[in-house]
Amino acid sequence: MRLSPKKAQIIAKTVIWAVAVVIILLLIFIMAYILAKGLPTLSWQFLSEVPRDMGRSGGILSTIVSTLLVTAVAVVVATPFGVGTAFFLTEYTREGRVTRIIRFCAGALAAIPSIVYGLFGFIFFVVYLKLGWSVISGGLTLAVMILPTIIRTSEDAIRAVHPMYRDVSYSLGGTKWQTIVGAVAPSALPGIITGVILGIGRCVAETAAVILTAGSALRMPTSLFSPARTMAVHFYILAREGISMERAYGTAALLIIVILIINVAANILLEKFVAKSR
Amino acid sequence: MDNRAKISIKNLNFFYNDHQAIKDVSLDIKYNEIYAIFGPANSGTTTILKAINRMCDLIPGTRSEGEILLDGRDIRSPDFNITELRRRVGIVFEEPVPLPMSIFDNIAYGPRMSGIKNKAVLAERVEKSLRMAVLWDEVKDKLHSPALRLSGGQQQRLCIARILALEPEVIMLDRPCAALDPISTFQIEESLKLLKERFTIIIVPHNIQQAARVADRAGFMLMGTLVEEGDTDRMFVNPREQKTSDYITGRFG
Repeated sequence: MRLSPKKAQIIAKTVIWAVAVVIILLLIFIMAYILAKGLPTLSWQFLSEVPRDMGRSGGILSTIVSTLLVTAVAVVVATPFGVGTAFFLTEYTREGRVTRIIRFCAGALAAIPSIVYGLFGFIFFVVYLKLGWSVISGGLTLAVMILPTIIRTSEDAIRAVHPMYRDVSYSLGGTKWQTIVGAVAPSALPGIITGVILGIGRCVAETAAVILTAGSALRMPTSLFSPARTMAVHFYILAREGISMERAYGTAALLIIVILIINVAANILLEKFVAKSR
Repeated sequence: MDNRAKISIKNLNFFYNDHQAIKDVSLDIKYNEIYAIFGPANSGTTTILKAINRMCDLIPGTRSEGEILLDGRDIRSPDFNITELRRRVGIVFEEPVPLPMSIFDNIAYGPRMSGIKNKAVLAERVEKSLRMAVLWDEVKDKLHSPALRLSGGQQQRLCIARILALEPEVIMLDRPCAALDPISTFQIEESLKLLKERFTIIIVPHNIQQAARVADRAGFMLMGTLVEEGDTDRMFVNPREQKTSDYITGRFG
């Protein structure tokens, strides 16, 4: 039996719409479920107190601080390397074997499962460099993990800059560095920031790599060399060891809200930045 | 008019890899004149401009032979400072390309890169440049709004003002009106006539009429060679070469 083009059209449209709706519903369901279970636990006390009795009571302040510290270390380390590599690939070399090798390596790094990064971080930072389970070990491991994301998105953003902007800058007597700083980077900045935010999102959500490198100590970290338990690790342990499902959901809800806020805030900032120049 | 040569091109050959784009061209451009280099597409006109301020250095696989003298010094010599060259010899491209920043910042871009930080000096430079490009009255109340919001004609005058802010000696324009309407074209041509009092101007016009309207002298290029040059008044009425005559009467090209 052959379908008439009109019928085929209707069927295709229905299927594609159905798929889209399923995806959206799935997202809404997960978010709603976690928020419904977790929001009742969220209170000022939950946010402002350190955990007591392995997390059965008290709050989650130390895990929030740990998350912020570990993520900050990762972003501060990975951003200059990632953005620098992207500028090197686009502005300082011609396409050739070197760029292909760098791009292949970055791509391969992106495909490695995070638990492998965790193992690498454990062997290299924790044991070999004797940094121990600490904020710095966790942060450095996450930095390596998010590097490919930042390189890739920054490179795309730099390539998308109007090629004439470079000619204009050179024709006005600009040096290569002045051209990059004055004409290329401002136009590429929104895309670069998007890459960094994607990286932040991955850091905040990461469990496997962090548990192996930053440890799971519940104490408030006092320095970059203290062991730390991030929010993602905390709720994994709460749920896994059956300590308190209620508190696991509370932590998860907060995690979702934080990631949502980061994304919305970044979008608003970018809109403002773009509106100023266009 | 000063009769000395501001720019003197001697036996210039220019190559893109194996392709020779300019073949043994020699010509002089005098102080305070408007010189038009015209010819059909791919005849080497744009390449000459890019060779004069070495924008062609940015294109891989190019090389040149011969001499290009600016006030008697060869700009192709290795000790000629390239950023200084581009400040002295500015170029306006065919497509107006404002940078994605305010009108003020666009004009101040060049002076800032040359190291001027004083705000009063910059503001004065911006106003002077916009006035010379006959754009000041239209934009004086919105200097800090994005340059990309200007119309096409205004954007091209902005690009001219941006060059003027460098206080150059020579201004080169590559088909500056190709994308503009007749009124904007007229405005730009009028401002060029004022500017030649202070600068030497080289223009690649987008049609022959523009060469006849604005230029004092012109050179006709065909497939990389300079067929004929001379005063526009004479050349467009009474060309010496058959090829020039054929081109300006519209028989080819």
